[in-house]
Amino acid sequence: MADESPKIRIRDLHKSFGENHVLRGLDLDVAVSESVVVIGGSGTGKSVLLKCILGLMEPDQGSIEIDGTEVVAMPRAEREQLMHKFGMLFQGGALFDSLKVWENVAFGLIQAEGMERDQAREIAFAKLAQVGLGEDVAALLPAELSGGMQKRVSLARAIATEPEIIFFDEPTTGLDPIMADVINDLIVKCVRELGATTLSITHDMASTRKISDRVAMLYEGRIIWAGETDGIDTSGNDHVDQFIHGRADGPIKMAVRRS
Amino acid sequence: MNPLAAIGRAFLAFLAATGRIGLFTVSAVSHCVRPPIYPRLIGRQLIEIGYYSLPVVGLTTLFSGMVLALQSYTGFARFSAEGAVATVVVLSMTRELGPVLAGLMVAGRIGASMAAEIGTMRVTEQIDALTTLSTNPFKYLVVPRILAGLISLPILVLVGDIVGVFGGYLVGVNKLGFNAGNYLSNTWEFLEAIDVISGLVKAAVFGFLISLMGCYHGYNSGGGAQGVGLATTNAVVSASILILVSNYAITEMFFAR
Ligand SMILES: Nc1ncnc2c1ncn2[C@@H]1O[C@H](COP(=O)(O)OP(=O)(O)O)[C@@H](O)[C@H]1O
Ligand SMILES: [Mg+2]
Repeated sequence: MADESPKIRIRDLHKSFGENHVLRGLDLDVAVSESVVVIGGSGTGKSVLLKCILGLMEPDQGSIEIDGTEVVAMPRAEREQLMHKFGMLFQGGALFDSLKVWENVAFGLIQAEGMERDQAREIAFAKLAQVGLGEDVAALLPAELSGGMQKRVSLARAIATEPEIIFFDEPTTGLDPIMADVINDLIVKCVRELGATTLSITHDMASTRKISDRVAMLYEGRIIWAGETDGIDTSGNDHVDQFIHGRADGPIKMAVRRS
Repeated sequence: MNPLAAIGRAFLAFLAATGRIGLFTVSAVSHCVRPPIYPRLIGRQLIEIGYYSLPVVGLTTLFSGMVLALQSYTGFARFSAEGAVATVVVLSMTRELGPVLAGLMVAGRIGASMAAEIGTMRVTEQIDALTTLSTNPFKYLVVPRILAGLISLPILVLVGDIVGVFGGYLVGVNKLGFNAGNYLSNTWEFLEAIDVISGLVKAAVFGFLISLMGCYHGYNSGGGAQGVGLATTNAVVSASILILVSNYAITEMFFAR
């Protein structure tokens, strides 16, 4: 893929909140149809990274290119167009609690693509079936679902518009190991069917091994190691070793700030 | 420490907040006049703000009209001007009490729930989710609430005016011994269109302010349950203060010559 420009290309990205320098010169490339997972401790700025790419936050400095186009400080109209390429699974699900499950899944189709409600409902049912949820669930409100089911609905919503790039923010956090594995399988299946490029963030190593082609480790605002997922056990990097084995002792000192 | 520094700091914070609210207002209004507009959402808010506030506004204005008749009767009896009761009731209701009472009641009811709903959407990332689904949160959340506030408050106040006058009539006829026909003709005799219109203009402004404050504080809510609670309180307090201040300004605009 050397001749192709990367789908996402990030250079020297900085973002601070007051004295809190969260991102300090982050570089990252994600190739077309590649699945990259960024690992890192709580509060290291993983969610901030995704929000900068999505334009939900303005970075202080640096460049983010999508398909070779600079998107930092892009005018709003163009940014709204660009959003059609993206799907996002939020850390807490972020389902609209006043809308029914199928309306959540169909939201992007109806609002962004102007599809008729009936047609959008058909597609929403199909997407729900894809994540293993039946039509009986479709008419419920999100608050009536368990955490695992909510994650599935969020996944269905993220893939409903068949985006080119999907972001997953801690897709398995807060789930039991079996449900986490179900979600991982669904992510792999859905992404493969769409042929999408994905950038995920997590601190769940089982999930990382399952869903990624490549892993990048975020520490102190920079990517300190990146490589093939298969090579993660032999990275030779002390930080990576400490993280994947979950040891309290080592070069990484836990931040005290909230994540 | 230095009291002057503290005052200065508070004043700067006040200016900054005013600026932020000003920018929010400009952005909200500019989105109100540019498509897309969501009629379904406006309809839902009209029901929420207008229809469900009817009992509260009805009860408040009914008892205000009643107590107004009673008070003005005992007061005016001292200089034998009991005949002015009906006029006092209708003028106070349409010009002052209808809009102000309805405004304050709706500010408590709607301002709070708006700030809580939008604030919760903020802290649970639902507002970010709207953006990623190519939907502008201003158009989807703020515009329908502002338009619905602008439309439904005047209607509520019109209903409140009628209910208040009816309350005065009930007390006047049943308790104070007025002749029903006389009371009604006294009610109409000195009432002018400007009395009702100024009240409805106030209502529209109050409706706008209530929705604006509810949306602003919810939209900028801080993290967690505490942040949402604070947003709710701020929405109600700031809307109530703005209602009373703008009430004076509008009254002066209409009647001070
Ligand atoms: N909107 C914000 N305002 C201020 N600080 C923030 C904001 N969002 C995140 N932060 C700070 O940025 C840091 C990284 O947060 P985040 O990206 O959410 O961590 P995580 O890697 O766990 O996803 C934290 O220290 C957090 O306090
Ligand atoms: Mg996070």
